Amino acid sequence: MATKKVVPLIIERSTPGRRGYRLPELDVPEIPLSQLIPEEHLRTEPAELPEVSELEVVRHYTQLSRLNHGVDVGFYPLGSCTMKYNPRVHEDVTSLPGFAALHPYQPESSVQGAMELMFNLSEYLAVISGLEATTLQPAAGAHGELAGLMVIKAFHAHNGESHRNEMLIPDSAHGTNPASSAMVGYKVIEVPSDDRGGVDVEALKKLVGPNTAGLMLTNPNTLGLFDENICTISQIVHDAGGLLYYDGANANAILGIVRPGDMGFDVVHYNLHKTFSTPHGGGGPGSGPISVSKELAPFLPGPIVQKEGDKYVFATPEHSIGRLKSFYGHFLVFAKAYAYILSHGPKGLREVSETAVLHANYMMRRLQDVYYLPVDRHCKHEFVLSGMWQRDMGVRTTDIAKRLLDYGYHAPTVYFPLIVDEAIMIEPTETEPKSTLDEFIEAMRAIAQEAKEYPENLTSAPHHTPVTRLDESRAARQPILRWQKP
Amino acid sequence: MRYIPLTQDEKQEMLDVLGIASVQELFDDIPEHILLDQDLELPEALSEAELVKHFRELAKKNSDLSSVVSFMGAGAYDHLTPSVIKHIIGRGEFLTAYTPYQAEISQGVLQSTFEYQSLIAEITGMEVANASMYDGATALAEACLMSCAATRRELVVLPSTLHPEWQEVVKLYLENQDVQIAYLPYDRQTGIIDPNAVGGINWSDVACVVVQQPNFFGLLENAAALGELIHEHGGLFIMAVDPISLSLLKSPGELGADIVVGDGQSLGNAMGFGGPSLGFFAASGSKLIRRMPGRVVGETVDTEGKRGFVLTLQTREQHIRREKATSNICSNQALNALIAAIYLNVLGKVGYQEVGMQCLQKANYFKQRLLEIEGLSAPFSAPSFREFVIQGDVDWAEINQRLLEQGFLGGLPLDGCGLAGHVLFSVTEARTKEEMDTFITLLRGLI
Repeated sequence: MATKKVVPLIIERSTPGRRGYRLPELDVPEIPLSQLIPEEHLRTEPAELPEVSELEVVRHYTQLSRLNHGVDVGFYPLGSCTMKYNPRVHEDVTSLPGFAALHPYQPESSVQGAMELMFNLSEYLAVISGLEATTLQPAAGAHGELAGLMVIKAFHAHNGESHRNEMLIPDSAHGTNPASSAMVGYKVIEVPSDDRGGVDVEALKKLVGPNTAGLMLTNPNTLGLFDENICTISQIVHDAGGLLYYDGANANAILGIVRPGDMGFDVVHYNLHKTFSTPHGGGGPGSGPISVSKELAPFLPGPIVQKEGDKYVFATPEHSIGRLKSFYGHFLVFAKAYAYILSHGPKGLREVSETAVLHANYMMRRLQDVYYLPVDRHCKHEFVLSGMWQRDMGVRTTDIAKRLLDYGYHAPTVYFPLIVDEAIMIEPTETEPKSTLDEFIEAMRAIAQEAKEYPENLTSAPHHTPVTRLDESRAARQPILRWQKP
Repeated sequence: MRYIPLTQDEKQEMLDVLGIASVQELFDDIPEHILLDQDLELPEALSEAELVKHFRELAKKNSDLSSVVSFMGAGAYDHLTPSVIKHIIGRGEFLTAYTPYQAEISQGVLQSTFEYQSLIAEITGMEVANASMYDGATALAEACLMSCAATRRELVVLPSTLHPEWQEVVKLYLENQDVQIAYLPYDRQTGIIDPNAVGGINWSDVACVVVQQPNFFGLLENAAALGELIHEHGGLFIMAVDPISLSLLKSPGELGADIVVGDGQSLGNAMGFGGPSLGFFAASGSKLIRRMPGRVVGETVDTEGKRGFVLTLQTREQHIRREKATSNICSNQALNALIAAIYLNVLGKVGYQEVGMQCLQKANYFKQRLLEIEGLSAPFSAPSFREFVIQGDVDWAEINQRLLEQGFLGGLPLDGCGLAGHVLFSVTEARTKEEMDTFITLLRGLI
């Protein structure tokens, strides 16, 4: 990040008459516009788009890019987001015209390769989850949650149990879990955590009942801890007639080690942009397929790919909830996840999770003397520290996060999970070299020392970024959400 | 593994720090009987060269539009895409960043998103746009839910001329919240909704009416009249629009829309067998803006008074509000929105209009040439933009199969919409007169 100069908005670089792209000349006879479209439908003023050259466009975005951090730029230990390396060959193979230039409504006979890819990926995800059937349609993790909850709701309705309208969600859960439950009309019942960071089993027993639709659980959970009581938990929920939903945000800890299906889960969503390394793109596109048990397979959204003889065909499951999205999902995204699985194979995937977990434990143990560790046990692929000790010195977690930016790192996830005060959630991933982990550990230790000696270095951070701390409350109070003509 | 840099020596150093003998000990808290005792049943790992070969072989089993000439649209369009787009979005700072949670090191994504919002607000004629949604269909579903929340009404009116897949998506979202749907029939002669024939609906119960412009058949609806009708009854007016058509057509803002959604694939995004694309979402009025789903970027200043950008109005969102959030959406389609913005910027004020104009002219030329063929007719009389329906007593699916053998992707047969013998053609600026003339010659031979 080389520059501290403000980059103008591209519209502010506009010069009337300048062009950045030229179309081929119109090669059919031109008919006057008014003869083709009645005037009442036509614009009177053209839209005010920028008038810039191609070079100005390239420079503009190159300058903007230099203001931005990414996995390619440096360490990105953002907890629960699995910011691992995105292999470039996956970009190459999915941008072949044979995939990128396919129309979704081409006859099936002309897209057999794409359908084979979808079929194989669906099978592989089912294998990894230990479940039966998969849909690739959901666009992102939260969309997968929506799909899974709709499937659960349809399953209960099909069994004459529409009254089941309560979704149990631990207090450590991602915000999307309760929000997705609300989107399908479920009432959210919060389940407390116990002092080992897992679901409070005794409390759960009291909360299940005849209206229980299911339980949404992330395992390992958002503290990075595996819930040791998972088999008891699934027993309790199933005995009450509910189903278990696995939030796959943390699946990077379990590949080839343990399968959600074997833990008792009925539905799993994957965040392919996390676990399977499709690039996050600045916030999307993601991809959030779900795999489900045999009992739930008939309710999946359609269409899904099936194999008939040696042909691939689109089919809609018997009791399908319907359609969740246009076409078949984020094909060019999930194709990269397919490449990722093939690049790793079964042993490689297991090594991914083993290494991610080893990295996280190593960092946790080397930081726990300077930052408070709320639950002291082996973590999985991520761990949560607390900035409580630093708070007593007048330094908040947000200050620690901002100071890390000065060291050239992205900050960890902060103030989440909500059940830990001043939470600092660190996820190193398996693709970082040990030297990077060691350097980051040293930076965290140096910051802890600074908090003692020069707290104002932290409370005024960041100092070396393209902009200093931004006024968020002003942005919300007087929203300026688009460029306005001066 | 080629993406895992840990050496044996480093691994041992870490194990020593942890005081354990093997990585397995870190998984001791998983009940033993559920631990996998064998490899996942997946294919063995491929090297980079083997992976490339496998993908090339799969790609060969597809007929793609680099060699096939397409006249198919219906929600995915074969427009020209400036080469510069792929070079910009390939930059790792955009490609490998996540949501701009740390604004001070995310000004690239934040400012480009602010510019995207400005462009969408400009072409739709609305006050503001959000940072993007999954696609046009889900954006519309969210707009309908937002209208219900804003009006405290639970009836949504959809046009039967809305893209059938969008109808399905909206239905699924709405039925899960027990919102009712009423449909406006279309006039069989014009192919559009007749604003004077919309009886049988208790309009004072209606949260919103939706108009798709151009509609699924490519025809221009009488949008303003439907907007006036719903506003008289205190409901909201939603327009689902094609962003290329807005280069020529009156903006939804001018037509009185409260919420505007659409799919942004046609703005420089690959068809990619249907995804990923982006949904855009724009609204007017401060009350509605504060109910919008999804991320929004706003302008502010840093401690030195310098302009900067942040995610804002986050109290609407799931990570703060949990079950009381306006939506569960978390991800947007940042990279696809970036593509759309680069596309609009590089096309610019004049180029954007030329794309719209060429689509219109070429579609009209192609339509007239098709109508010269005996047995083909135009079933609908309303004006069209880039797509149109042709009718003929032939098996279009069979004809398409034959055309494909000759390197052409024909129009979409509409049998699934109850319109046997009807086919929906799309013509973009990417088509040439020569391609169209050749297609006509081939089609004559098949009918």
